[in-house]
Amino acid sequence: MRIVLEPRPVPLEPMRVGAPLIALALTIFVGSLLFIALGLNPLTTLRAYFIEPLSTSGGVSEWLLKASPLILIGLGLTVGFRANVWNIGAEGMFTMGAIAAGWLAVRFGGGGHAWLLPAMVVAGALGGIGWAAIPAFLKAKANANEILVTLMLNYVAALILSWLVNGPMKDPDGMNYPQSAPFEPSAMFPPLFEGLRINGSIFITAIAVVLAWLFLDRSFMGFQMSVGGAAPTAARYAGFSRSRAIWLGLLISGATAGLAGMMEAAGPLGQLTPVLSPGYGFTAIIVAFVGRLTPLGVVFGGLLLSLLYLGGESVQMSLNLPASLARTFQGMLLFFLLAADVLILYRVRIKRR
Amino acid sequence: MSMAPLLVPILSGTMVAATPLIYAAIGELVAERSGVLNLGVEGMMLIGTVTAFAVAFAGYPPVFAALAAAGAGALASLAFAFLALSLATNQYAAGLALTILGSGLSAFIGHDFGSSALKSIPKLHLPFLSDLPFIGPVLFHHDLMTYLALVVTGGIWWFLYRTKAGLVLRIVGESPESAHAIGYPVIRIRYLATMFGGAMAGLGGAYLALAYTPLWVENMTAGRGWIALALVVFAAWRPWRVMLGAWLFGGVTVLQLFAQGLGIEAPSELLSSLPYIATIIVLVAISRNPRTMRLNAPVSLARTFRPEG
Amino acid sequence: MNIGASRLELRSITKRYPGITANDCVSLTVMPGEIHAVLGENGAGKSTLMKIIYGAVEADSGEILWNGKPVAIPNPAAARRLGIGMVYQHFSLFESVSVAENIAVATSGKFDLPALSTRITELSERYGLPVDPARLLHHLSVGERQRVEIIRCLLQEPRLLILDEPTSVLTPQAVRRLFEVLRQLAAEGCSILYISHKLDEIRELCDSATILRGGRVVGTADPRESSAAELARLMVGAELQPVHREPVVREVKPRLEAIGLSARSDDPFGIDLGDLSLAVHGGEIFGIAGVSGNGQAELLSLLSGERTADADMVQLDMHPVGDLPVARRRARGLAFVPEERLGRGAVPGMTLEDNGLLTNQTGGLVRRGFIDRRQVFGFARKIIAQFDVRCTGPTALARSLSGGNLQKFIVGREVSLNPRVLIVAQPTWGVDVAASSFIRQTLIDLSRSGAAVLVISEELEELFEICDRIAVIYQGRLSPAKPRAETSVEEIGLLMAGVGPAFQRAA
Repeated sequence: MRIVLEPRPVPLEPMRVGAPLIALALTIFVGSLLFIALGLNPLTTLRAYFIEPLSTSGGVSEWLLKASPLILIGLGLTVGFRANVWNIGAEGMFTMGAIAAGWLAVRFGGGGHAWLLPAMVVAGALGGIGWAAIPAFLKAKANANEILVTLMLNYVAALILSWLVNGPMKDPDGMNYPQSAPFEPSAMFPPLFEGLRINGSIFITAIAVVLAWLFLDRSFMGFQMSVGGAAPTAARYAGFSRSRAIWLGLLISGATAGLAGMMEAAGPLGQLTPVLSPGYGFTAIIVAFVGRLTPLGVVFGGLLLSLLYLGGESVQMSLNLPASLARTFQGMLLFFLLAADVLILYRVRIKRR
Repeated sequence: MSMAPLLVPILSGTMVAATPLIYAAIGELVAERSGVLNLGVEGMMLIGTVTAFAVAFAGYPPVFAALAAAGAGALASLAFAFLALSLATNQYAAGLALTILGSGLSAFIGHDFGSSALKSIPKLHLPFLSDLPFIGPVLFHHDLMTYLALVVTGGIWWFLYRTKAGLVLRIVGESPESAHAIGYPVIRIRYLATMFGGAMAGLGGAYLALAYTPLWVENMTAGRGWIALALVVFAAWRPWRVMLGAWLFGGVTVLQLFAQGLGIEAPSELLSSLPYIATIIVLVAISRNPRTMRLNAPVSLARTFRPEG
Repeated sequence: MNIGASRLELRSITKRYPGITANDCVSLTVMPGEIHAVLGENGAGKSTLMKIIYGAVEADSGEILWNGKPVAIPNPAAARRLGIGMVYQHFSLFESVSVAENIAVATSGKFDLPALSTRITELSERYGLPVDPARLLHHLSVGERQRVEIIRCLLQEPRLLILDEPTSVLTPQAVRRLFEVLRQLAAEGCSILYISHKLDEIRELCDSATILRGGRVVGTADPRESSAAELARLMVGAELQPVHREPVVREVKPRLEAIGLSARSDDPFGIDLGDLSLAVHGGEIFGIAGVSGNGQAELLSLLSGERTADADMVQLDMHPVGDLPVARRRARGLAFVPEERLGRGAVPGMTLEDNGLLTNQTGGLVRRGFIDRRQVFGFARKIIAQFDVRCTGPTALARSLSGGNLQKFIVGREVSLNPRVLIVAQPTWGVDVAASSFIRQTLIDLSRSGAAVLVISEELEELFEICDRIAVIYQGRLSPAKPRAETSVEEIGLLMAGVGPAFQRAA
């Protein structure tokens, strides 16, 4: 018995939206089986996972708060993926952005300066860009695989953060915990609503969505990058530079990841700690795929994956299930999505040998 | 010399640290030789680790734990193989999916292990050999799995270069189209190579549980799976060089434990980052020369293959 | 026809692919010990026919008889069991392993490299094909690799050996050696099917020839008796009535020049260019004829800028541009229609709109870095209308168009750039008759409006219809260009086959 893939003469367009939905349905199905295996009622557990977190204003605020960095990083990764540049190091760039902004916050926070927060925003982006320049340079000049380089740099960035919060940036009043001094209000995003954590950084993400759309769908450079990813020989024929696509793909995704790191540090975290991100850099890869590498899709993908995180936290509290459940669901979602995507371009037939 | 008394534990520790890398990298080497790039090594190792813990905590002897881990790794790789080979999806994405899933699943299963510790597998005492001065403790005072890693390396070398099956594996990696034209079942061969890689990654993960750090911690592989991937490139896809590379990385890893004793004044984080920085350096060194890559990298690596007709 | 049993007989073999009939009722007979040539240009159907004989492809209808009995050949292993061996044009060898290992993977039986190496050495001595079984394949020259291919076949003791364009990568000495081997094999009773377009070799080596054109057998001949001219005419078709066109008004200074262009090919199976010079003037169409695989791909990428050379080797309007990349040459008025439509000339998964934008960023379609969607749409729509592209509109995906329509679009796009120089490779390959006609008229009109047009094509019919001057590329060298009126199909056909003083090979 073997599987034969027959190319479709015309791609099945509805499947572009259909595949993520099928993947979600399959993930929920397998999740239900998992719940049953754990002795839980699948329906009530699913309800606790997906519905209850959104039933309060606090929950919605958290949902948007988590979606914001996912969308932001996802947008940056999308730019790279379209050009076939694989940045797996968004975690590290996230960290470096947070460190850059955090340093400013700790150094200048006491003065109550109005320029501090905007400066931190710039620093966050620059931190991510700087960290991304390393793999960009190594790939453009030495053909070093960007997947492995960016991955290694994730670990290095985490160690740099650890060194800082255990050493030079440790809070003198922090009872020797590894963390920086908490940021002053002038170094943080003010909350939008009383009692909710959702803050003004969400507008940065909104602007990023628009900018991403402008770049990807309207700019000539974005077009060149898409061609480079889709048909490298045609890109060469047209005179588009592969080297420029590599730099832009990595630097832009570095900038968004760094920004997201800054937003997290100057928002819900309010300081630098050894673990800044619950894996946003990796989850954003799934967001980009679920979003079909389009800005609008990334928004939906971000909201979906944020809900998966949120649900994980919710059932952790109410049913004592481990938080890693969220990551498991995320992995499953990507798996099923990749499988369902095959149907866009191919008909799958099972043939007797 | 203040170094002498430390040399023995450093070298001996190097071999121990190298063992999980050898398993994972040899496994991935076989897969890549057939043309399959499996980025899921980290996830498969984690699945191996958590499986070994689970089986050992359930009371079974370490041998069972190791075998179960190998089986779990092979099973996990099957999911990746189905996507990448039968459905011909992008191999990078499929591998990443496996890593994320493996990381989540292992954390989920390991959640209840708490802080129970396993009893490490014993170091073997070989008559006469273990008692030799200096090389005795360095080379001949290790556990069975460390020795087995070396045997596997030798075995894979023999398989690749001295058997017809190994030859066929290599040509499949070079040109699946030509191999298919001659009549070889390319997809089936790649499935088997991938599953071997998964089993080895599982064993590497099991070693961490059974000998290295017998206490479960989330993500305890700490990137070893990724380093294994880089090792395969560094070794130019040759088994004995994988072993050498693993020793190199093992040594760099172990260094941080002995830095103070060696009089090296550096923050521990810097020392901990050395394996990762070293990986980048060797990657750049190897990739820079297009000739080296062209002559050694399996030509069809990571490219999807759809058999015609 | 002999009444003795033939070795191989094909009766009315037909094979159709969507849009083209590769083999149309082809019949062929090869006797034992005969060296039989299959002659024809690319696209004549030779490769498909050989794949059918070798079992890689199944015919739609027709019969195959082996030693007088009907057989089925469902796959290459079955062909090998019958005793058919195939030496591919681009070899199916593996670079990273040794000669002996290469042969071992294709043969069944115990895996015993030393014993195999002994047999290899025996065969190589017996037939004068020296190879060292232990050497790694990537160290071998192309000629040596071919010996490995042949020995691999000989190990199976074939009764029919098929060779596909075997000498395109060989030195003259190696060709002589090969011929000796083939004659020895034939004397031992092995039949040989020799596929080639090189007339002088066929006349030297072969006992009989079948000529294919457009998928059909157009004749059989005895190469020893027929003249090269007769064979060439059969291969390329009858004399054509010249098309009436306006007389050429050529500019004095050339717009596109190649001066002493020499380059090594990137591809081990490619052809190195040797001291190639040409000049194309505004107002004329300059044609380069030649069977594909003689250096056209290398020449094209050096002219377009996808590959760079010394600055002086390529000149546009007398400016040295040889070291400039594509974008800079396009900025100077160069446009280019490549041989491959999907994947190079156009992105298959993108719309015609987007593909129109691919090479046109100066025509007001991009302003301050942003794409003007309305202009892009309008540009695509204009091309579709002006060049009669049958499709559902500018939003149609490139891969949904037929070959002819996509080619019209690509040609239309390049022409709409108002280039000073247009280079076109295989303008009507795989294109239906109506679209071909249209494209050719487009090229004529473009040249008459003042542009310099360079056309590289395998189809003589086409070159004679539209070109003002014609040269021939063969093994990386170019013959002197001749005005169309002063040459003939026969003469060009002979040059394409390597015959004549222009391509005298060093002994």
